[in-house]
Amino acid sequence: MSDNSKRITIPIGPQHPALKEPGCFTITLEGEKVVNAVVGVGYNHRGLEKACESRTYIQDLYIIERVCGICSHTHSTAFCQGVEELVGVEISPRAKFIRVIMAELERLHSHLLWLGVAAHEIGFDTLFMYSWRDRELVLDMLAMLGGNRVNYGINTLGGVRRDITPEMKELIHKTLNIVEEQNKYYIDLALHETTLAARLSGIGKLSHEDAIKYGAVGPVARASMVKDDIRVSEPYAAYDQIPVKVVTDDHCDVFGRAVVRVLEIMESISMIRFALDNMPDGDLAVKFPRKVPAGEVFSRTEAPRGEDTHYIRGNGTDKPDRVRVRAASEANWHGMQHMLEGDYLADVPIIIAAIDPCYSCTDRAFIVKDLDHGDQRVWDWQSLKRYSVDWYKKRGFDASKIKLAERRI
Amino acid sequence: MLMALFNIVIFPGLLFLGIYALFFAFLDRKLYARLQNRVGPPWFQPLADFCKLLGKETIIPQGADRRVFVSLPVFALAAVTTAFIYVPIWSVNSLFPFEGDLIVVLYLLTIPTLCFFLGGWYSTSLYATIGAVRALTQLFSYEVPLFMAMLAPAILAETWSISGISAYYAEHPLYILINIPAFLVAMVACQGKLERVPFDLPEAETEIVSGTFVEYSGRLFAIFKMAIDCELVVVSALIAAIFLPFHAANPWLGFLYFIIKTVIILILLCLFRASMARVRIEQMLMFCWKILTPLAIIQIIINLLVRGALA
Repeated sequence: MSDNSKRITIPIGPQHPALKEPGCFTITLEGEKVVNAVVGVGYNHRGLEKACESRTYIQDLYIIERVCGICSHTHSTAFCQGVEELVGVEISPRAKFIRVIMAELERLHSHLLWLGVAAHEIGFDTLFMYSWRDRELVLDMLAMLGGNRVNYGINTLGGVRRDITPEMKELIHKTLNIVEEQNKYYIDLALHETTLAARLSGIGKLSHEDAIKYGAVGPVARASMVKDDIRVSEPYAAYDQIPVKVVTDDHCDVFGRAVVRVLEIMESISMIRFALDNMPDGDLAVKFPRKVPAGEVFSRTEAPRGEDTHYIRGNGTDKPDRVRVRAASEANWHGMQHMLEGDYLADVPIIIAAIDPCYSCTDRAFIVKDLDHGDQRVWDWQSLKRYSVDWYKKRGFDASKIKLAERRI
Repeated sequence: MLMALFNIVIFPGLLFLGIYALFFAFLDRKLYARLQNRVGPPWFQPLADFCKLLGKETIIPQGADRRVFVSLPVFALAAVTTAFIYVPIWSVNSLFPFEGDLIVVLYLLTIPTLCFFLGGWYSTSLYATIGAVRALTQLFSYEVPLFMAMLAPAILAETWSISGISAYYAEHPLYILINIPAFLVAMVACQGKLERVPFDLPEAETEIVSGTFVEYSGRLFAIFKMAIDCELVVVSALIAAIFLPFHAANPWLGFLYFIIKTVIILILLCLFRASMARVRIEQMLMFCWKILTPLAIIQIIINLLVRGALA
């Protein structure tokens, strides 16, 4: 009991300067030490999967691209190659290479973004400004290739929509040289700057065994010596024709995650160069049928944050029967509580930031079927509406008067 | 009497200090921005911020003690302004020098930190409480090396008055080279006093929102901000007076010297701020007690030895 009186519980979020998206971390402190952490996500449920089911595959591309603002290309790649597999279409080698180039450029911008966010969390605003300045160069390249800075819209079912011309290639090579030069400086900074190393080392520990136990993916797993990379273990697009080196690190902490990410930027740069120089000629997209045969498919890609999986079930029409998206951050949330406990409050933001969390990509609604008691609830639109009305009524808000449009099926 | 009032309220008192503090805040932000490859704010930005805050609604938390909550920012500003009167500006002498004003100034400069602590404590907000505790913990770590670093030159000069120290080193300019370690210690420790990166733990935005000041708004926050800006000026002026005693006989030229010296110190502080990440509270304690304090003690011993050799 006496222990409890010394403890205070402090909420980090849902609105907090350290969090870029809403999420609630209830931190119990003893002095400045975290003794308990409860991770609460789910503020950003957007009903994307359900929305996909009522639209055609082509329309879904638009939604899927917007699952995540940062790794939009990886989601649309996963969706496209899943549907392509269902139909049994092989896309042209050139389209595969363009997909890889986009994916790696996306990784560049995502990792540079992470570096800035992480630096900001520990009060190192200079690095934040520098890395975001260089990220602009990468975003400009993406805008040139896809027409947009964030949602490039370059993927389509059966290939890609835009080509990379020789002039673009030249420009990308030039920009990559600048980014590489800058990144060498960041690597030096990340490895040798005293206050940075002092702040990042030894916090957010996730041992090799724990990383496997909690199912960590991406840079988080790789910083714990888990050699997990879909680009190597299950090469998609043109990754089987491009040398991919998996960067791992044995620090098992936030410092390791930073090292993995800055080194991965170098790898991505060399991969883009290789892909640009060895890009085969060919069509951009092949003809694609509107109707997709019945069947199910599981498609995986390596997002900047880790493994991204899509499950698609077709029913022979032009709309999917079910689309399930598991963004990379979702896999990394599970180890979060373990990583937070035992560290200082001052380290909470950077530990959360170290998995490069994407809150809204991960939020899904689940209905758990209670098989033991035979309560197999399948909720239709009306019962879902009734449930939400009751839910708000309990909290003192009567929503029953609000007229909702009937859903067309 | 009238002259004294003029000195206190207008020059070099409240008004001048306020204007110079706004200029300093601008310079600090602009330099910081340029170092980060940003454009930075226009020259009137701190003034605009100040005026805007003055016009905003002041909210006092329900659980807070109203009188204390309101008076703390004023206390902080008053203490800083009082301290400024004892710091030399246009000549070696300050306005009202007396033996021992160095100690008075150092203690007056501690009052704002205590006000931050009490302000955070009386806000009855979780973030503010944590910020308040951090402010106090931090006080205990940087205050000792800072005091010792400031007192070391005084030992050599054999006087406890800032004006006396200034005059002594103005006569023997080469002796300031002896005080270089103390200068470095003072520069680092005052970064903690001013709550700037890497020692900005009490208001660490990404951890505890803005710590102590989380519940302060409107006019009260404006006064607090002003006190912080003024503190930056007073601390730079104090360091300039003790460690950079270059004076001119002409008061106008002396005033120019004062501005150059303080700006140089600001540039150094800004470089420091731009090139580091925020440390953790226990790292700060370690650093201050294990590195800064021994360094300051060594400086005092050196100065005692030099003093003995000179005598």
